[in-house]
Amino acid sequence: MTDTQPETEASVTIVVDGQEVAARPGELLIDACERAGTYIPRFCYHERMKPVGMCRMCLVEVDTGRGMGLQPSCMIPVAEGMTVDTQSEITKKAQDGILEFLLINHPLDCPVCDKGGECPLQDQTMAYGPGESRFVEEKRHYEKPIPISDTVFLDRERCILCDRCTRFAKEVAGDPLIHFQGRGNQTEVNTFPDEPFSSYFSGNTVQICPVGALTAKPYRFKARPWDLEETESTSVADAVGSRITVQSSRNQVLRYMGVDSDPVNWGWLSDKERFSFEAFNSDERITEPMARSGGDLEPVSWGAAIAAVGDALKNTDPSRLGIIGGARLTNESQFAFTKLAKGVLGTDNVDAQLGDGLPAELVLGLPRATIDQACAPGGTIILMGPDPKETLGALFLRLKHAAVEDGATIIEVTPHRTGLGQYAAHHLHPLPGETAALAAALVAETPALDTAGVSADAITAARAAIAGDGPVTVILGRASVAESAAVIADAALSLTSIPGVRFLSALSRSNVHGALDMGMSPGLLPGRSTLASGTANWPNTPSTAGMSTAQMLQAAADGSLDTILLLGADPISDFPDTDLAERALANATVIAVDLFETASTDHADAILPAAAPQEADGSFTNLEGRVTKISRKVTPPGTARPDWIIAAELAMAAGGDLGIESLDDVWAQIAAVSPAHAGIDTASLDANQRDGVVVEGTLDLPAASGVSPAVADAYAYRLVVSRRMYDAGTILANSPSSAHLASGTALHLHPVDFDALGLDRGAEVTVSSATGSVSLPVEPSGDVPRGVAAVPANQGDIVVGTLIAVGDVATNVRVERGDS
Amino acid sequence: MATNAYVPHAAGYVDNEGPKIVSSRFVHDDAFLLERSLATGGYEGLKKALTMAPVEVHDIVRDAVLLGRGGAGFPAGIKWGFCPPGKWPMYLVVNGDESEPGTYKDRLLMEMDPHQLIEGCLIACYALGLSQCFLYVRGEMALAQERIAHALNEAYEANLVGKNILGTDFSVDVVLHWGAGAYIVGEETALIESLEGERGMPRLKPPFFPAAIGLYGQPTIVNNVETLSNLPWIMVNGADEYKKYGSETSPGTRLFAISGHVKRPGVYEAEQGTTTFRDLIYGDNFCQGMKGDDELKMFIPGGASAPWFFPEQVDLPLEARPVGAAGSMLGSGAIVIMDESTDAVKACLRVVRFFARESCGKCTPCREGTTWEETLLRRIYDGHGRPGDLEMLLDIADNISPGPYPGAAWEEQGVEAIPFPPKQTTICPLGPSSVAPITSALRRFRDEFEAKIPQRTSIPVSAS
Repeated sequence: MTDTQPETEASVTIVVDGQEVAARPGELLIDACERAGTYIPRFCYHERMKPVGMCRMCLVEVDTGRGMGLQPSCMIPVAEGMTVDTQSEITKKAQDGILEFLLINHPLDCPVCDKGGECPLQDQTMAYGPGESRFVEEKRHYEKPIPISDTVFLDRERCILCDRCTRFAKEVAGDPLIHFQGRGNQTEVNTFPDEPFSSYFSGNTVQICPVGALTAKPYRFKARPWDLEETESTSVADAVGSRITVQSSRNQVLRYMGVDSDPVNWGWLSDKERFSFEAFNSDERITEPMARSGGDLEPVSWGAAIAAVGDALKNTDPSRLGIIGGARLTNESQFAFTKLAKGVLGTDNVDAQLGDGLPAELVLGLPRATIDQACAPGGTIILMGPDPKETLGALFLRLKHAAVEDGATIIEVTPHRTGLGQYAAHHLHPLPGETAALAAALVAETPALDTAGVSADAITAARAAIAGDGPVTVILGRASVAESAAVIADAALSLTSIPGVRFLSALSRSNVHGALDMGMSPGLLPGRSTLASGTANWPNTPSTAGMSTAQMLQAAADGSLDTILLLGADPISDFPDTDLAERALANATVIAVDLFETASTDHADAILPAAAPQEADGSFTNLEGRVTKISRKVTPPGTARPDWIIAAELAMAAGGDLGIESLDDVWAQIAAVSPAHAGIDTASLDANQRDGVVVEGTLDLPAASGVSPAVADAYAYRLVVSRRMYDAGTILANSPSSAHLASGTALHLHPVDFDALGLDRGAEVTVSSATGSVSLPVEPSGDVPRGVAAVPANQGDIVVGTLIAVGDVATNVRVERGDS
Repeated sequence: MATNAYVPHAAGYVDNEGPKIVSSRFVHDDAFLLERSLATGGYEGLKKALTMAPVEVHDIVRDAVLLGRGGAGFPAGIKWGFCPPGKWPMYLVVNGDESEPGTYKDRLLMEMDPHQLIEGCLIACYALGLSQCFLYVRGEMALAQERIAHALNEAYEANLVGKNILGTDFSVDVVLHWGAGAYIVGEETALIESLEGERGMPRLKPPFFPAAIGLYGQPTIVNNVETLSNLPWIMVNGADEYKKYGSETSPGTRLFAISGHVKRPGVYEAEQGTTTFRDLIYGDNFCQGMKGDDELKMFIPGGASAPWFFPEQVDLPLEARPVGAAGSMLGSGAIVIMDESTDAVKACLRVVRFFARESCGKCTPCREGTTWEETLLRRIYDGHGRPGDLEMLLDIADNISPGPYPGAAWEEQGVEAIPFPPKQTTICPLGPSSVAPITSALRRFRDEFEAKIPQRTSIPVSAS
């Protein structure tokens, strides 16, 4: 699906420098002129933010019927008959004056400034302005760059006070942590005392700064813009699939910048998307194949490694072989591994999700929404999934915009308040394990009763919002890994009865939606089809559905699964039940295809180094089903190679042949087996570089499992374990600028529950469930409802996974004073 | 007494002969108390208004041609009609952020007769059908703030403010807001920003005309303290009675705050239009002449933002239009008198310095330009001027306020008046205001500037 902008029938005619120009009604003059080929210089104006008309650089002479006068073109909507002179003496004098004013306090340290060479101030000084300054007084002085957050530095001397960063922080990100301070010529941008600009989106301010005032730690003093080469690509940091440009110098990637993709990220990136490229440059990357000999992993040749792994795969009974992971791979590599497993090795034990996702049939069976559909003006958005601010940063910005600017109504159906909460109209916080009951109550026709800890009044109010005129979209995912997927699946199935409802999947892990589309899930084949449909027509395709990750790990722990192939997966850190993952990997032959050594690769018998996304071409499928290109910019370190080549070679070694020698081959095969992907190939992806192609097609919905609500325990809290933007995940842990940003593990309780413990903030408590017990510091939090105990997942310090038994509807925990 | 002890007329009110419309109670030290106010006819205007239909009240104000007293001099009755009909809620915001150097008449009105102001707010709210009024008092005016707070408490208790005022179905809440101390907040859009809890920085007009998009994005009427203080009298006495004072186009009286080199500086209530600057400066009823009977050198007719006038202009009437045509403005009614002993360069520097300090920093020309002007003037004043500095100063000023800047005529030199207002490259008039003293002083007293710039003669170099 390509979003073609409908041609606006109505247009107004304006006169720009004597030429008649057709403009769109309501369009700002500065945009109309630019489309007509007349660029008006500007600093404060940014097309994705509200105009403020502050820098005055875009002053032009405009006649709106009352004679020519200087007006800021970024603040005036076009009107019929408007006459503009962007070249008149008066316009030129005003622009010269403004530019001279801007430069009087701006240090001319361009030779040592990171922005030099790509600086709007520098460029516009060359194109406009008097060329020479008459200012002979002393310039304003400030302490040279001060850190305003962990990653962003501010040089106030260079700042021209355009209000872009401060407007972004307030209007776009909703984190108004930087602001103007002082008055007149002493005005400066700064943080409030002792409150750093700790926004998940701080890096965007660096990108939109029109001077070198804001710089980001990962790029500072690393390169000059004219030495950079770039290629457009897709971010793999999360499932949003934001468009980025990858910039490198001397075969080293130095930064990612957001690219304005209208249907996706609007040019914005979360800091995780922007800065996590550092990991790919890390010295910790695995650069050559390794195999275990005599207890230690030793480097081996690719030939030896492939032969050994191929033998191991071939010699394992297909039913005793499993593949876990693959969500971090490109679509093409996912297809190759699916074909290796389901076409050559003959096993259906393939699962890209690590027990923290949703049933693939459900995700592929629900009517899908695009981000644009979800954010439609006047629509209703039901958030029944993880906190988008923590897990899907760029999507959060779109949802926030929809709620704040476009009148969308947000209904939170989450175990506790999320980052979107302050923009939500309705806050329904069902007790973990009872989400399905609440969802059923939301669509029931009977009068609402108190359900799942939510009042009847709140349900009635939310029902009214759902019944409104606008389209309804459900953001669907797992808010907590301590609540079973079946609960959310049943809840989602209830919500399908809302007329016209669509779902936007919020699964974690980057290309998980590509993995599902490529059949990396038990029972599925590429192209949103099932084993039963038999579309693939491969020689060894299994006839019955295989095991999920949880089942595979259980089987390995029980000794009924021998070999596990990990595709960029680290179950020990990522699988909800840490204990089970440890026992499983200790008990099986483990082969890992990965970028880094992880807790799980410690159990590996062989490791094959893979190429990172910026090192291999391919494509990505985001949470909408939108396929966009991933482009290679640099070469992989050492002998690491793209995953699909590894898959093809393993197939050969295992006695089969994938028939893949290039990405074009992969797409030809995908097209052959997947009607949903018909028409997509490398050429069409190149042609739709920016907006990609949205894959359509759905499976039949599975039936509800009818889970019964969790057993109440009057003395216990319901556990919520949710993901944060910064955690101890492999990529972040290897990104120097982001590694230390994980908040650390603490137990969050409602203030009343907290007070009942009679402890100080940060005191140690013992949290115990049926499966384990851990000591944690405890903190009060107004975001957490009563009776709920919230803990962030995978922070790297305290392992909370031992509390969770996979498959339990909910996890009851007791909280006691003191450590165990 | 609940509030501060009595403060004498430190504020500088002079009880002279003549009609008293807004300052009638200033002679009473306790006029800020409800008891005194009621005993001297307080809230009678409100009571009378409540017997009429709101539209009749509005008509009376329109008939009275009550001109805004904040600076622009726009008729209040017409301003009230600008709000788009049917867009609710609408708000009344009272601009009590009087900070123009030389102006201190609103402070008196707030300190000495807060009930008159409250009554004026209520009449305006009644005429417009509003139920919410915000009273924004300048940050530095602690006594005004305390007295208004006290008066509001009294008025709430006496059911003069609040729900069902005086038993009618008219209800108004008046919210008192204490500013944080910034000159620019006297500009109405900056005041609204500040009231919303933001940093006080002006919004761009268009589109942010308060009557269309004001407080919290709703239509908002912003009126000056003195404007509203006129309403009780107008209600009691009627528009015709009001128009008996002053001129036809500028009826009524106005408070003028006169400071500088005069014998009796202070705040005077004077009839608009019929009184002249000469009357104010030299009249026995007013300032009684120049201090030490020195010669008048120049005067600022309407606060620091106004271009300067000189002895030729003293016979102009105190009325917006002729003063504007003569190249300046009546502004906020602050008149600063300077005699022959005044150093024009220093006076210019002093005023420019004020604007440079008070620039909010939002738009480039004002933020950078005013400080540049100040440093340049400081350098010239300190004797470090360079040839060409004066032309450069004028060009910097031209980049803030392009085109010929308003100014007074100088007939001897054949200079014609340039009428008010100036053009601007800025968002609000603060930046252009900094140009007023520069062009005024430089046009008239260029010799004084040049005398401060060292003249360097070239050293002769012999050829052999």
